[in-house]
This record gives sequence, C-alpha cells and structure tokens, in this order.
Amino acid sequence: MAAAGVTKIDRSLAMVTEALSAWDWLVIAPVALPFLGAAALLILRKRIAWHAPASIGVMLLMLAANIGLLIRVWNEGPIHMAMGSWLPPFGIVFAVDTLGAIFATITAFTGLVCAIFATAEVEATEYRYGYFTFYLLMLAGVTGAFLTGDIFNLYVWFEVLLISSFGLLALGSNPIQLDGTFKYAILNLVATTLFLISVGLIYGIAGTLNMADLAVKARSGELAAPVMSFGALLTFAFLMKAAAFPLNAWLPASYHVTRSTSAALFAALLTKVGVYALLRTLVLLFPELGQTFAPIFLIAANATMLIGALGLLASSDIRRMVGWAVISGIGVILVGLGIGEMAALSGAIAYAVHSMVVMAGLYLLAGAMGWLSGSDSLFKMGGLAVQSPGLLLCGLGIVLATSGLPPFSGLWPKAILVEAALSKNAYLTVVVILVNGLLTTIALGRLFAFGFWREAQLERTEIGATPVLSMSRMAPIAIIVMVSLAFGLYPEPWLAASRQAAAGLLDGAAYINTVLPEG
Amino acid sequence: MRTVIFRTVAPFLTALMIIFSIFILLRGHNEPGGGFIGGLIAASANAVYGIACGVSPVRRSLRFHPMTIAGAGLFIATLAGLASIFAKAGFLTGLWTTVHLFGQSIDLSTPLFFDIGVYLVVLGTFSSIGLALEEREVE
Repeated sequence: MAAAGVTKIDRSLAMVTEALSAWDWLVIAPVALPFLGAAALLILRKRIAWHAPASIGVMLLMLAANIGLLIRVWNEGPIHMAMGSWLPPFGIVFAVDTLGAIFATITAFTGLVCAIFATAEVEATEYRYGYFTFYLLMLAGVTGAFLTGDIFNLYVWFEVLLISSFGLLALGSNPIQLDGTFKYAILNLVATTLFLISVGLIYGIAGTLNMADLAVKARSGELAAPVMSFGALLTFAFLMKAAAFPLNAWLPASYHVTRSTSAALFAALLTKVGVYALLRTLVLLFPELGQTFAPIFLIAANATMLIGALGLLASSDIRRMVGWAVISGIGVILVGLGIGEMAALSGAIAYAVHSMVVMAGLYLLAGAMGWLSGSDSLFKMGGLAVQSPGLLLCGLGIVLATSGLPPFSGLWPKAILVEAALSKNAYLTVVVILVNGLLTTIALGRLFAFGFWREAQLERTEIGATPVLSMSRMAPIAIIVMVSLAFGLYPEPWLAASRQAAAGLLDGAAYINTVLPEG
Repeated sequence: MRTVIFRTVAPFLTALMIIFSIFILLRGHNEPGGGFIGGLIAASANAVYGIACGVSPVRRSLRFHPMTIAGAGLFIATLAGLASIFAKAGFLTGLWTTVHLFGQSIDLSTPLFFDIGVYLVVLGTFSSIGLALEEREVE
C-alpha cells in the first residue's frame, strides 16, 4: 500500500530484530488459545454437543502451555514478548515472571476443573447463549492480566474479564440474576474507572505505561509529588476488585445468583486478579507507595478477616456463606502486603494459590450439596452422609483445607504469615488470623454437621426422586481435595515457587532487565 | 417508516453502503478508515435495510447469524496475529507480501487480515444488537 516516492524508514531501531523460537510463543499461547476457542464456539453456536469437549480440550492446551511457561520462567528467570515486535517501552509487552506464571497456571487448572462440573450443571439453552464462549473469554482475560507487562494493557484485560463475567452472571436472565448482576456491574465498573483514571495520572506523571519502565522511574526517584494521589486511587480500585473490607459488599450480593460453576470460577479468579494487581503495582512498580500504605493494608486485612469470618457464621444460605469465606481469605492475603517483607509476601502468594484452588472447591461443594438436598438453605439441609458418602469425604477435605487445618494446604501459608507477623510485633494481626481460623472452623463445621450428619430435613416427596451425584460433579471436587492434600503433605515446591515469586517482586532487577536490557 | 419511497430506495442504499464500507476497510492502513469504522458503516447499512423492509429479509440476506459473523471475525483476527510465528517474530507482527495476479500487483499483509477480522466483529455485533432492537419494536 506504500505509494511510490515514500522514503524507506529504517525500523530496526524500533523493532525486535532477533528471531524468536517457537518456545518464546509460550508467553502468548495461554491467551491466544482461549480466544481461538471462544471464537470457534461462537461460530458453532448451534452444535452444543461440541462445546464442553472443545472447551475442555482448549483448557488442557492452556494448562500445558502455562506449565511450560512456568518451567521456563523457573529455570531462566522472567521472559517477555513484544507485541507486533515493537520495542518497549513504546510497544506493549507481555512479561512473565514467576508470580504471573504461577497464577496463570492455577487459572488454567481451576478453569479446567470447574469446566468438568459445568458439564453436569449447565443446560442446553445456556450452551446456546454462549456459556463456554464467556467462560473461555474470561479465562483469557484473567490470564492476560497475569501475563501482561503494561499497565494500560492490564486495564484492558480487566475489562475483558469483567464483561465476560457479566455475561456469565446474567446468562439465565431471571430477575434475581439481573439484580445480582446489576450490583456487581455497577460496583466493578466504579473500580475499573478509578483504575483507568489512575492509569491516566500515571501516564501524565511518568510518561510511560510499561511496567518495567515505571519500576525504573519509581526507583530512581524521578517521579514528582502527586504519586500519592494515583497510588491511593489505584489501591482503592484494586482493594475493591479484591473485595477487601469495607469494599466487599458486592461479592456476597452477587456471586450466589449464578451457576455454582461460574461462582466457583469467579471466587477462584476474580478477587485474586485484584490481589495480583496490588502485588504487582505496590511491590514491584512503586515500592515506596507500598510501604506508605502498609499500615492501611494491615488494618484492612484485620477488618476483612473478621468481617469475613463473622459473615460466614451469620449466613444460612450456603452459597452466600462461601462468598464470605472468599472475603476472609482475601484478608489473610492482605496481611502479606501489610507486613511487606520477603517472608510475608511469599506467605501471601502461597495463600493466594491455595485460596484459588480451594475456594473453587468450596463453591463446587456448596453447589453439589445444594443440588443433592434440593435447597441452598442450611436449615433445610441434611442426610447427605447417607446419600453420598463420597461427597462426605470430599466435603471434609474442603472444610479442613479452608479452615487452614492439617494435613491440607491452608496450614503452611498461614503459619508463614503468623511467623512474619510475630517477627514484626504485629500481635493484633496474629490474634486476628488465629481467631479467623477458629471462626471459620466453627462456621464450616456447622455447614458440615448440618449438611452431612443430621437427618434429612425435607421429605423426599417434596423435592422429587433422590438425585444421584454423577461423576462429573464428584470428580472436580475430589481432584481439588487431592491437589490441596498434595500441597499440604509436600509443600516444598509450592512454597519455593512462592518465595521465588516474592523475591522477584521485591528485587525487580531481573524483571526490569528482561524487558529493558540496556536500562 | 415503511413508505414506498423508502422501501424502493433502501436496497440500493444498503448495497451502496456495504460497498463503501469495504472501500473504507481496504484504504484503512495508511489513510483514515479501517475495520472498525467500516464495520460500523456495514452494520448501519443492515439497520437501514431492516427499518425499511423488516428484520427477516436482513437475516436472510446475511445468510449467517450475526453472532457467527462476529465469531468468525475474532477467529480471523487471532489467526492474523498468530501468523507471525512462521516469520519467527512476536505475536501480531505485521508481515507484508505482494501478490501478482492478472498483471496487477496486490499488497497483502497480516494487518489487513486483522482489520478484516475487526470489520466482521463490529458488523456482527452491531447488526446483532440492531436487529434485536428492531424486532422488539415490531412486537
């Protein structure tokens, strides 16, 4: 299209010139694959029999790509890819460090496990309305957020995952769902708008949006006074996404209206994207801001843990109940940011990984229990031990894991966080963590005792024939229990990965050097 | 809106707008235009046709469901980004080539295919929304 007479411009200064191997494409594969899958499912909307197997296939490929990426990053340090070959800081890059790779891998794993549950739960009309299209696009959005190395691009991925989650929430279009979706949509749009405003401020102050470049500028002290204002906006927006107290109201108001598969996926991924963004911006990009805000994080963490545990105790609808469990988990993660040193951050990252897996399991368990007993109310539940001894076993595992009791995965990161808090003399936080654990144990013990041990409360004639728990509802929960048990019994690789992720964030040099080699 | 004049003119107007939208799509890389605005023009062409002659003729003339068109667009755009794997360059890197056909030289590039994908996504999405709204109105 270049007309005659246009002078040739040497673009080699602005572009990546060295050849990339196919392995470098691992950086983009976890995002490109679900996009292709979602587009293909949109084209084949009517062939609903293909949707579930095709999506599960795509997620298996995603998981494989993410594991490959994690292994590469583990061995070689952070890697990046410049989109369109335009060099950073002007081109948009995907930059993957250990933190991003771990979170992306768990995302693909959780997506895969929840998709198996979806095959039992989701109905044909929902397939036709594009259930799995939204599902894959949301996974693409979450993975993109974890892998991108550009703060405006992070905002774009937030939008991608937000819009697909609106779709998943509103899919059945009954009044309760629209009510929940409305609250969720308004509050989340407020959060993303604040994020966008602070991105604008960052660009105005620093003149760059590339994360590595921002980290360089922030560390060299080039940034002038208004750092505080965008930092506060950014923190507010991400705390809202993470559902930390006092910005947590949207979560219990909306998550229970959708299918338990979608709710499990939301609980596992969406709040953790907020946590990830906090870690990325306040530890890697603007470490000084992170230290300034640390006391606020500690207060927010204590309040979130308490309110989460109290909400858990107070609710009688099991699906709202697990929403409060998600919030209390966020509180535990925020302790890491509040204390802010190596050990605490690695504990927070390890707890986030545990929480992504186990919260999905808790939602799926609640979904299976509600389906079996024909009601989501704790008071109408019972007799599940007789109906499904297998679910009893899985349920015990999930309840122990969520409460942070051995031999499951919740114990180790909490122990690390308590130790870190003790070394900083944050005794109040230590007490709150332990009280939170106790209250969670009591509340989930109540769920377990009411649901499984006592006699059935509803006459079977009231709710029709006794349903039998199929393999596709049982297997995902069992897989999650197994993974949590494996993490609990052999925590070393998982904790080492978290330590490496935390070290990468705190140091930042490796991340910066990969993206901007000369600087 | 279903006057004789409008109904007579609408098909010609629609055809003209679609041709114009493709022209806008193709000139887009170096001059004002491109997939997004082209897709919008094509979608408004469908809307004009729908207002004049009703929704079902539009659906028939599109052959595929608008959401299918949007899905195909997303698929094409992603593939256009992935094509650079064969050139050992990063995702979305623009690759250019010239094809000689019947004595004419045609410049082809992956950004062009990306733009075609955007065109289809916008056309599909906005036609879908527009047709749904027009259907509501008839009820």
